[in-house]
Amino acid sequence: MKEARLGEFEEIILLLVGILEEQAYAFKIAEEFEAQTGKSVSIGATHSTLDRLCKKGFLSSELSRPTAVRGGRRKRIYTISASGQRALTASKELRMSLWNQYPAFTKFTFQA
Amino acid sequence: MAKRLLKWFVKEALAEEVLGDLEEKFYADAEKKTTLSIKLNYWYQVLNYLRPFALRKSLAITSINYGMYKNHFKIGYRNLLSDKWHSFFNIIGLAMGMAATLLMGIWVFDELSYNKGFENYDAIAQAMQTQTFNGEVQTAVNQPMQLAPELRALYKDHFKHVVTSSFIDNELLTVGDTKVSRPGNFMEPGIAHMLSLQMISGSRDALQDPTSMLLSESTANALFGNADPMGQNVEIGSGMKAQVAGVYQDLPKNSDFANLSFIAPWQLLNTTANFEARVGWGNNWFQTFVQLADGADLTEVSSLIADVKYDNIKNEGNPRGVKTKPVIHLHPMKKWHLYSRFENGISTGGAIERVWLFGTIGIFILLLACINFMNLSTAKSVKRAKEVGIRKTIGSVKNQLIFQFLNESFLVVALAFVISLFLVLLALPFFNGLTDKTMTIPYAKPVFWLSCLLFILCTGIVAGSYPAFYLSSFNPVKVLKGTFNSGQGASNLRRALVVFQFTISVVLIIGTITIYRQIQYVKDRPLGYDKEQMLYVPINGPAVRHSFETIRNELLLSNAIKDVAASDVLVTGTFVTNSGFDWKGKDPEMSEEFNTLRATHGFGAMIDWEIKEGRDFLRDFRSDSLALIINETAARYMGLEKPVGESVKWGDMGPFKIIGVAKDMVTRSPYDQVRPTIFSLHNGNFLNFVNIKIGQEAPMGEALTHIEKVFHKHDPKSLFTYNFLDDDYARNFIDEERTGKLASFFAFLAICISCLGIFGLSAFVAEQRTKEIGVRKVLGASVMSLWKLLSKDFVFMVILSCFIAIPIGHYYMNLWIQDYSYRTELNWWIFAIATLGALAITLLTVSFQAIKAAVHNPVKSLRAE
Repeated sequence: MKEARLGEFEEIILLLVGILEEQAYAFKIAEEFEAQTGKSVSIGATHSTLDRLCKKGFLSSELSRPTAVRGGRRKRIYTISASGQRALTASKELRMSLWNQYPAFTKFTFQA
Repeated sequence: MAKRLLKWFVKEALAEEVLGDLEEKFYADAEKKTTLSIKLNYWYQVLNYLRPFALRKSLAITSINYGMYKNHFKIGYRNLLSDKWHSFFNIIGLAMGMAATLLMGIWVFDELSYNKGFENYDAIAQAMQTQTFNGEVQTAVNQPMQLAPELRALYKDHFKHVVTSSFIDNELLTVGDTKVSRPGNFMEPGIAHMLSLQMISGSRDALQDPTSMLLSESTANALFGNADPMGQNVEIGSGMKAQVAGVYQDLPKNSDFANLSFIAPWQLLNTTANFEARVGWGNNWFQTFVQLADGADLTEVSSLIADVKYDNIKNEGNPRGVKTKPVIHLHPMKKWHLYSRFENGISTGGAIERVWLFGTIGIFILLLACINFMNLSTAKSVKRAKEVGIRKTIGSVKNQLIFQFLNESFLVVALAFVISLFLVLLALPFFNGLTDKTMTIPYAKPVFWLSCLLFILCTGIVAGSYPAFYLSSFNPVKVLKGTFNSGQGASNLRRALVVFQFTISVVLIIGTITIYRQIQYVKDRPLGYDKEQMLYVPINGPAVRHSFETIRNELLLSNAIKDVAASDVLVTGTFVTNSGFDWKGKDPEMSEEFNTLRATHGFGAMIDWEIKEGRDFLRDFRSDSLALIINETAARYMGLEKPVGESVKWGDMGPFKIIGVAKDMVTRSPYDQVRPTIFSLHNGNFLNFVNIKIGQEAPMGEALTHIEKVFHKHDPKSLFTYNFLDDDYARNFIDEERTGKLASFFAFLAICISCLGIFGLSAFVAEQRTKEIGVRKVLGASVMSLWKLLSKDFVFMVILSCFIAIPIGHYYMNLWIQDYSYRTELNWWIFAIATLGALAITLLTVSFQAIKAAVHNPVKSLRAE
């Protein structure tokens, strides 16, 4: 059984896959990552994470139709699987519950 | 390239999408970034795919068998020890080859980095002038002094600095009682910035003041010791005075300005004698250095200024100057050292050819050593065959075996490299002496170590690849059954490689012999004058010129001194040329150029020249001050059947009368043809040397003290120096002798390495045939016939290689020797000697093993069965 936990980088990548929908392939994801976080990442690193997520069952992928932009080569489009969705929700819930128990934060939101 | 790498290591299934991604990124970036940065980024991305998930299976599982590697090393090590002689030859041969290549590499690197020490390396250039004299095109650095101001005025925007400079010359520097003679130049102030002098004190701008000069650090030390040189007065030569306004670090040794030990202000030259005669567009007495403005293109600027002299000389109304069609062009600093030869005004190479030649020889020597390694290991393969068989049956894959043998070769190469470093360390002082350089091993440079690593890698692969592939391809069944035969293929290859080795060695021998023969031939060239027992004292100032007659008389008081005469140039190098002559029957289109030598009375007799027609200058004939003597070549050059009595105009001087024809003398490079030369009487400011002939039997020491005393009396301010004429002449051979020594050094190395190789091979052959020899001996073979049996093969190979080497050697040496217009012939006996020499050495080497095997007691070799 593969370890079914999410690392931070993995989580962000997973979310980005969700955001990008049809456009979720390695290059776009890496670009979006840079745009959103301001940190740079190589395509290779993104690709290896995507690969890992596939192995954990959080993502599924298929090859798209060839496009002219990339010299007629196909690209691999990733989509979040049901277990991926679940892992994301679980992670979010965990964080929310932790945040809710954080007194300073609660106070802050009330004042706001 | 990056793409190919990626395709190689990435899983096939992934390749398409990955390449697609990278390409998309590439083109997305292409819009906003520079090509270089996106290319680099592409590489970065590719290298970032070196992750376990993406790698091919075959690549991913190598490198876990530490135990096996340990075993490889252990076996390799034991193999080295088990056959000590074999390993010894291997390693020593390789080490010698590597040392030679390393030395060569350091030398080539040094040559290529010549002048690179200057910050403005890329922007500095020297103005060259190409002139045509009677159909002969000459390119030289000499320029009229007007060139620099003209360039500054007309092409200001293209140059940062334009500097007129004198030619570097030894000048006497005097401070109080301290006198030193140092080479230096008179230059315009821009030079300090151009050469980016590192000032120890003072500023680069100091030369702006025409009474200030700059000293190099070592000169300052020599003159002032520990005292502060700044602001001190220095006398240059006789009479010129300047204040030290700056001290700069000595310039890099491997540069064209290495000797520049002082820079005096240009204006000081105005005060010297003869200066008037050097002014004018027609007189080329100086050099012009330029530094291009930022962004200026050399070729563009060069073509822009091409006619600058021609236009001026035309405006001046100087028909004789116009006829020489002067063309100015810029010669960039990066070409000064290695591309200094010009033919028909076009750069046609120069020292770069020598760099290539010796670089190639260095690589060939290494190749010879690698061949030894290959030969000896394939020869030994029979011994290793069983090992290979066993390893294969146990489950080794071919790749692992290749790896094992490469590993062994790297072990040997690494060992050899360490030894070669020691050898280089030992040989470097000797090599420096040979090449007249101060090279060191650049330990501190990472580039050096990187290239060493690369060097080891290349050598290891070249030396080890063949044995590795050959040995690993053995069929285990055959090997273990004992039906294995090491094969005709391998031994044929061995033969071919030995032939190759000896071909190179013989070519090098032929080259060495030819170079030495050429040197000897030129040395034996009859000069036409007597340079023995002659010395000369350079004239430093007017003191000597004005009282020359008195000095002469006082010198002649000594019995040791036979004769004294002064001249403007030395008879060993008549580098002053003049044009502007006119005579009856001269072709009006001819733009003539003569070597000229001006001297006082008695000069010709002193050097013992031979007057073919007419007479020598005579003291009693006052009219001889307007007389000329020409040499035979000049007579032919002028087209005069009966030259004696003809009158010649020299510019606005004359008419002169030709009173004699002297036999041709070799007054310039002994490699060249004699040039048309004109001798005249002169007793004034042009005199530069006092030539003194010492009696044959006279005690040299006594003569010298006398000469020094006389000179000191009349010219107390100057430092007395003298040189011998034959030493000067010998300098003509330095370059050739250096080439000769280097060539013989390499020929020797090549022979040594090749012999080491056949020594090892013959030992192996003898060992393999021990039983055969034993049987033959028992059946009655004599030692002689056994020796023949064992040597025959090698002798045949060497003869074959001689046949290959002779045409190659002939071709290249013919090419080399064509450069000299006075040259020896390539005689057949050179090739015969090379062949015989190679044969003799081979026989000596092989016989040692052959005779050892032949006299071996057959009982011992056969008993083992």
